[in-house]
Amino acid sequence: MADIIIILSTLLIAIGILFNIFGCVGLLRLPDVYNRLQSATKCVTLGTCSILLGVLVRYGFASIGIKALVAIPLLFFTATVAAHALAKASYRFGIKLGEKSVHDDYKDEDYDVS
Amino acid sequence: MSADENYTGLSYTKLNIMRYLALFITSFIFWLLLTWSVEPGSVVVGLAVAGITTFFFGKYYFKNVAKFIQLHRYYWFIIYLFIFIWECIKANFDVAYRVLHPKMPIKPGIVRVPLTLKSPFARAMLANSITMTPGTIAVDIVKDNIYVHWIYISSEDPVEYTAKVSGRFEDYIKKIFD
Repeated sequence: MADIIIILSTLLIAIGILFNIFGCVGLLRLPDVYNRLQSATKCVTLGTCSILLGVLVRYGFASIGIKALVAIPLLFFTATVAAHALAKASYRFGIKLGEKSVHDDYKDEDYDVS
Repeated sequence: MSADENYTGLSYTKLNIMRYLALFITSFIFWLLLTWSVEPGSVVVGLAVAGITTFFFGKYYFKNVAKFIQLHRYYWFIIYLFIFIWECIKANFDVAYRVLHPKMPIKPGIVRVPLTLKSPFARAMLANSITMTPGTIAVDIVKDNIYVHWIYISSEDPVEYTAKVSGRFEDYIKKIFD
């Protein structure tokens, strides 16, 4: 039983690290800030959640495991809100969409800057 | 605001008190989970911190606390959670594929998607869900439209991409939060 727990938690942490690496590769390879945010929010969030789940499996419902579990929704909310804030701010700051982009509805919107 | 109908028949003053109380309880439970101890000192500090949080942020909490005690919302929330986790995993494989593919099959752009949800919290949750699902990030909400950055725009037809971006979640979120 103990072996299964250790194997499972190691597997979860390994998957998490793998997805974090994908996220970092995406940050380097993708062309503009909006696409980079895509990889930064998705891969890195699931990767980190997977690592936290691995911690939970390893230590069970003890103090540290519960902290890891509580951190998951917290991470989810902060990552999504931060991505939204960064995307909106960089658009309003005047950073254009990358050259590969095919569509931009936001351009014509007369948003109030307040 | 149209989303704040009062289903309970309580007066608005009472509802306002309940709102602060609900935030107090939520933040206190959060503190207990984080510290995971019931020592008197820790509990007293937790009560103080929850009180401060309630004092400063109570006015930003849900307008209608009666939603907390409607049990069918929790039922839909659990179903939604499973769908959401599945979409989230799909999103990760999708982005990983686009990142690792040598030619990088991306076709990014910002599309406008109309919203039917009314309450601010439901809209925020929809925006969060959109951000976590395959290839989309919520950029802004202006009036009744949400602007979404999409890494691979698969169709030019507004009806079709609306269904693809928000259709998966909108019904559930309406049942849970709206």
